[in-house]
Amino acid sequence: MSNVDTTTSHDNAHAQFDTKPIWRTFWILLGITLVELVLATIHLKTGFPPKYVLNGVYLILTCAKAFYIIAEFMHLRHEIKNLIMTIAVPALLFVWFVIAFVSDGNSYRELRNRYDKYQLEQSNKPVPVTEGEEAAPAAKKPGSPE
Amino acid sequence: MAQAIPAGQKWWSGGKSPFNVEYGKLMMWYFLMSDAFTFGAFLISYGTIRFSSNSWPDPNEVFRAFPLMGSTHLPLVFVSLMTFILIMSSVTMVLAVAAGHAGDQKKVTFYMILTIIGGLMFLGCQAWEWTHLHGEGAWWGRNPFRNSNGSIASTNFTNFFFTITGFHGFHVFSGVVINIIMLIKNLRGDFAKRGHYLMIEKAGLYWHFVDLVWVFVFTCFYLL
Repeated sequence: MSNVDTTTSHDNAHAQFDTKPIWRTFWILLGITLVELVLATIHLKTGFPPKYVLNGVYLILTCAKAFYIIAEFMHLRHEIKNLIMTIAVPALLFVWFVIAFVSDGNSYRELRNRYDKYQLEQSNKPVPVTEGEEAAPAAKKPGSPE
Repeated sequence: MAQAIPAGQKWWSGGKSPFNVEYGKLMMWYFLMSDAFTFGAFLISYGTIRFSSNSWPDPNEVFRAFPLMGSTHLPLVFVSLMTFILIMSSVTMVLAVAAGHAGDQKKVTFYMILTIIGGLMFLGCQAWEWTHLHGEGAWWGRNPFRNSNGSIASTNFTNFFFTITGFHGFHVFSGVVINIIMLIKNLRGDFAKRGHYLMIEKAGLYWHFVDLVWVFVFTCFYLL
């Protein structure tokens, strides 16, 4: 978080815009994306980090990326505290927003599985891929368009 | 625009912006705030539906193609390229803003052109991906992919995918249009005449926001 003191040391805004932090941010963003890809690839090959652990890691890394884009590229970190707060405080609504709705979806699934056994059975029944008029990707693979 | 701030500045005593930014820039922030909630609502409804489903198609099975590579199994490669292109164009946009701060009209032109090219490349990639998925039989209301446990998937997956990436793609498209307008204004010397490049900064804020949304779309659709 920035404060007024950091800006007072500069006589004008030009000094804040040297290109070094931009490239540093770029390498951080690229690095985080590569880490995500490596983790995903390792998981695909070995299945080692369990999916639920990976999902948590992805979410943390995504928030880190979001922080760097907003703070450095959008320059919010170098604005005064009033501006930071007028953006950051409403954004906290997302915390409620995500938790409330995702847990609602989860509770819907659990209730439905408890009271609608037919639906539960259907949703766990594998279906042969070549059946039906629409071909599944596996069947379509050889002739699939570029 | 940030100017020298005396220590112990009283921001709320009137006569000046308590946010120390120009009006238009503040309003751009508030617009992006509201746009963030629009995208947030889309992505959270996607998450709600996904949590309410017993099984869901595996993104590594769906998004595995790369242009000119035929049916090779390459999960995540193409979308990583798209992510890289968008981050790169975000960097050139900041460099354009930095050049604007330095009052360097030629450099602003140069970086704006690079940013526009990056945006067009991203749109091209997305057009290819949509065409490819459409060729496999996926579209709004049509889902050829099976859930990861082999059961029949509902059309929720394709509906959300095309709606959200489409909405994001439309933002990229408007961003490119805005950037082209800024480039033309810069070439005409409008900003040099005005003495500041704040318009480039506002366009830049919008462009970074598009990049920011892509970070979340990437995680929600391709990684999770």
